[in-house]
Amino acid sequence: MSAQKRSSKKKGTSDGNRYEEDFLKNLYATMYRIRQFEEQVFELYKLGLMPGLAHSYIGEEAVATGACAALQDRDYIVSTHRGHGHLIARGADTKKMMAEVLGKKDGYCKGKAGSMHIVALDKGILGANGIVGGGIPIATGAAYMAKYKDTKQVTVSFLGESATNEGTFHESLNMASAWDLPVVYVVENNRYGISVALDRVTKMQDIAVRAQAYGIGGVTIDGNDVLKVYETVKEAVASAREGQGPALIECKTYRFKGHHVGDPATQYRTREEEAFWKERCPLVCFRDYLIEKAGSDEKGIVALENAINDEIQEAIVFAKNSPYPDAVEAFEDIYFEGR
Amino acid sequence: MNQEQVREITYAQAVAEAIDEEMARDENVVLIGEDVGIIGGNFKATVGLRDKYGDWRVKDTPISESGIIGLGVGMAITGMRPVVEIMFSDFIALGMDQIANQAAKIRYMSGGQVKVPLTIRAAMGGGRSSAAQHSQSLHAWVAHVPGLKVALPSTAAELKGLLKTAIRDDNPVVFMEHKVEYNKKFPVPEGEYTIPFGKANVVREGDRLTIVATSNMVLKSLEAADKLGKEGIHVEVIDLRTLVPLDKQTMIGSVKKTGRLLIVDEGHLSFGAGAEIGMGIMEDVFYDLDFPMMRLGTEDCPIPFSPALEFPIIPDAKKIYEKAKMMAKR
Repeated sequence: MSAQKRSSKKKGTSDGNRYEEDFLKNLYATMYRIRQFEEQVFELYKLGLMPGLAHSYIGEEAVATGACAALQDRDYIVSTHRGHGHLIARGADTKKMMAEVLGKKDGYCKGKAGSMHIVALDKGILGANGIVGGGIPIATGAAYMAKYKDTKQVTVSFLGESATNEGTFHESLNMASAWDLPVVYVVENNRYGISVALDRVTKMQDIAVRAQAYGIGGVTIDGNDVLKVYETVKEAVASAREGQGPALIECKTYRFKGHHVGDPATQYRTREEEAFWKERCPLVCFRDYLIEKAGSDEKGIVALENAINDEIQEAIVFAKNSPYPDAVEAFEDIYFEGR
Repeated sequence: MNQEQVREITYAQAVAEAIDEEMARDENVVLIGEDVGIIGGNFKATVGLRDKYGDWRVKDTPISESGIIGLGVGMAITGMRPVVEIMFSDFIALGMDQIANQAAKIRYMSGGQVKVPLTIRAAMGGGRSSAAQHSQSLHAWVAHVPGLKVALPSTAAELKGLLKTAIRDDNPVVFMEHKVEYNKKFPVPEGEYTIPFGKANVVREGDRLTIVATSNMVLKSLEAADKLGKEGIHVEVIDLRTLVPLDKQTMIGSVKKTGRLLIVDEGHLSFGAGAEIGMGIMEDVFYDLDFPMMRLGTEDCPIPFSPALEFPIIPDAKKIYEKAKMMAKR
């Protein structure tokens, strides 16, 4: 079944009032925080204040938010080049993130990572990664550690649909399944690897079918439905934690912007397709759900949004005020020198 | 070393002994790789470890070099101290992203938040009619990438001490073992010892010429030096032990004494370790040189299968002897 068909049943959200309002509002706050952070990064890019590039997570917020809500504090995630959303959903400090994006000394990685490679070990974030598929075996290794030491930690490996065509995807899922490692692979299928649509380079359009080849659970879900993502990942994480091995969850979603902030995405996809997905915006759909189905007060939501807008503005001020690193710091942290 | 306490074991046994001691010392040390478990490794360098430590600590893996190196990176940044075996060093090509872009970079890119105590062992070198995909000496590839350390042990005693240091190091180390040495016996001290990285070993003292060598070329250089010694030409032979970190001071001191430097390394000549070693100390020794620095290395062609083709392109004791003798002329 295609994502389009699934999404058209009911735009964006699961039915029923199964959750406390605070929990639902927290999910919304996280999604909104990601959206606002990304919008502001785009603005900084346009103003020429950001060195290099960034890969926008706008449109995919429900995946990171739902998946990370299903984790415990001590669990790990491994992220991708499109990683801001995963980091924020995991509770990373937007000030330190923004400072890193601007290449400043107070960034998470002291200006050595930039947008694409942020590590936040205190939040269990083992790293965004500039190499497509590069993080998949690393996530699997963290899971090997957890199994070997019986720590009951689970690792979520985020990856795009294009990363599933890298050899590391196969090698990692094969090992994780052979040894029942506690890792959940969350595939964000946004249909495009930079400019190349999945159906131009891959026969099967549902990545989840590949799970069968490894003898593990694999499902395709609406990645714009935050509660569906949460529920699906939660179940897979619980199973992995109990020693039942890995799972593959494919979240159909869409990146509203181009591949990175400098890509207008005009050559390889249609305006109609973009409009179709914007109708299914995970943020708008979930906001409507909160008001229409969960009984949230719109004023309260607006207040929440305003508070997050302020938070992101503070992050920008913090990042702008942070000094650039000293040139000599280029030579620090190459090797661990201590004991 | 106290000669009375020295016994003889093979280079392969030294690998197993070093890993065994480190596994006994630290439960975070695990060994993963193709065939390392039940059969004790393709080169029999890990025999007995699986029986002693079990399947989860000595893990036979699928043939997935990128996957298993990445597995090692993930384990290392979450508190373990993995040793990953890549059977033939040629196969690091399959795992090069995980070595060069992941293991080498994660500490740096995290601004020092994580460390990567990962040892990648691989068998290097020619001389076994293994042809072009199983005979290369690729240490210059990895030495070129900041963030990695690179060790090349010459004998079993060197291997044991250096491998223990590699495993205890909190940085990723590519540890190149020479495959023609595995079955050779060497005197190895009893008990625990380590050999620090970045300290070259002057294995033979001399005054007429300095030979700086790596790995198996140290032994071939010693053979050449013995022969030259009998002719009254006393050659100093330095075992570099590690390319990264590189002990320039020991080389500089030696070349200032002898005025002549021959570098012998099994990597291909062009853009190889020999070139970097020479240029690395050039400005410090240029005015002390009595003869241009020279290099011996594997010729710039793929390693051929037939012994009739293979041996002529790789340095040996005879070629080292001839080159050194020519250079040592007054």
